Amino acid sequence: MRYSGLRVIKEALTGHKGWKPAWRDVAPQAQYDYIVIGGGGHGLATAYYLARNHGAKKVAVLEKGWIGGGNVGRNTTIVRSNYLLDGNEPFYEHSLKLWEGLEQDINYNAMISQRGILNLVHSDAQRDAFTRRGNAMILNGADADLLSTETIQKRYPFLNVHNARFPIKGGLAQHRGGTVRHDAVAWGYARAADQLGVDIIQNCEVTGFRIEGGKCLGVETSLGYIGGGKIASCVAGSSGRLMAKANMRLPIESHVLQAFVSEGLKPVLPGVITFGAGHFYCSQSDKGGLVFGGDLDGYNSYAQRGNLPVVEDVCEGAMAIFPMLGRVRLLRMWGGIMDMSMDGSPIIDRTHIKSLYFNGGWCYGGFKATPASGWCYAHLLATDTPHEFAKAYRFDRFEKGQMIDEKGVGNNPQLH
Amino acid sequence: MIINHPILGPRDSAEFTYMGDAALLDRPDWQAKDALAQFIDYGYLRDNPAGPHQELWYHEQGDRSFLVVTRDTTTHEISSVKLANDVARSRGRST
Repeated sequence: MRYSGLRVIKEALTGHKGWKPAWRDVAPQAQYDYIVIGGGGHGLATAYYLARNHGAKKVAVLEKGWIGGGNVGRNTTIVRSNYLLDGNEPFYEHSLKLWEGLEQDINYNAMISQRGILNLVHSDAQRDAFTRRGNAMILNGADADLLSTETIQKRYPFLNVHNARFPIKGGLAQHRGGTVRHDAVAWGYARAADQLGVDIIQNCEVTGFRIEGGKCLGVETSLGYIGGGKIASCVAGSSGRLMAKANMRLPIESHVLQAFVSEGLKPVLPGVITFGAGHFYCSQSDKGGLVFGGDLDGYNSYAQRGNLPVVEDVCEGAMAIFPMLGRVRLLRMWGGIMDMSMDGSPIIDRTHIKSLYFNGGWCYGGFKATPASGWCYAHLLATDTPHEFAKAYRFDRFEKGQMIDEKGVGNNPQLH
Repeated sequence: MIINHPILGPRDSAEFTYMGDAALLDRPDWQAKDALAQFIDYGYLRDNPAGPHQELWYHEQGDRSFLVVTRDTTTHEISSVKLANDVARSRGRST
């Protein structure tokens, strides 16, 4: 069934009796060509692009809970491509371009809203750094716009540009950045993949890999053994736990990141704004809640909850630039588990085990990467060669000294 | 989280800086034949367990000691805290 405005009107007039489930509920077959482990945004996108771009027929997505119930439903929904390094920027720009055409492609309203993102500048040195980043973005075909304090004050009158400690000296804007309804991304990809014949199997936890003679033949699951030609791990946040079943150690630590939503407000915040002197970023959802977050808690964790010092730090960041938020009440806060890699950049690569592939290490930037991650992972799975936009995301970059370290903080996962 | 410092008693974890897996105490021998492989492992690969994890916490806002804290990464519960010095000595090292 194709979704359209006309269909909504027709269904409204006929009692909404014509809607069908958006994807089939299927039992696993004994053997697939491709098994994607993880029914999050990246896994579903991978399955979709495997079918759409590469004509893959027998594809399964295995999800231990319900699809979209992991990090794709826990993030702060921001999309952007404002990276500096050559290993990253073409990939994220490809992702942003895919976001721009996604809704037409998958025939699903993902509420993609290019309301713009603004990174605030608070010192001369930071302006130099952001100018350089903006130039790198433009060189890679993205858009970047260095704004003056006057322009910022005019566009965002609520910002405290005269903060005594961290005055706002300008900002780097990417007008094509914005927000996306994150759950709809999972549902939309699932529906589109299902229509191309992908089996989406929920409540099916992978409990082990069947590896013989250095080759992965399939996976043991809570629904029994499932054989696969190629097995694709795509479970960022749980990568450590899953790959331990294949006796793999990863250049990854798992950390908890908290996020917050305030009570609903009338429209007060156009676009996404990030504080440049601390770590705080904020946007307003279409429901009116302010969605914001900051730093990791900073210690290894698989518990999906954080601690109070980070809450305090994030709220201090909010008050430093948005004093108007002083009396806004917090509605919800939660923690999600991040694959924090050793250089802050992801991995999309083969493993040393034949037919076992890995996608993970997204740190806390995985959501914006969803379409390109699926696109490039599908390319790797189908052709056994890395996609040109993801060719830097290899396991061996650490031993070769080719880290993609945007922040320049070295192998300290908690600092990326 | 409260870390029960062996000398100073219970302290807020905010006084500490997290320094990663306590395996980092065991720096490889740079003269070993496979030193390069060992250092790649030491620098970049982690066990990253879901469960008890031995890790280094540096008391930066306190007495500047390094501690080896055993903490469950699924519950944040701390089961043991030792001075990193004592742990290193118990492994036969001079410091």
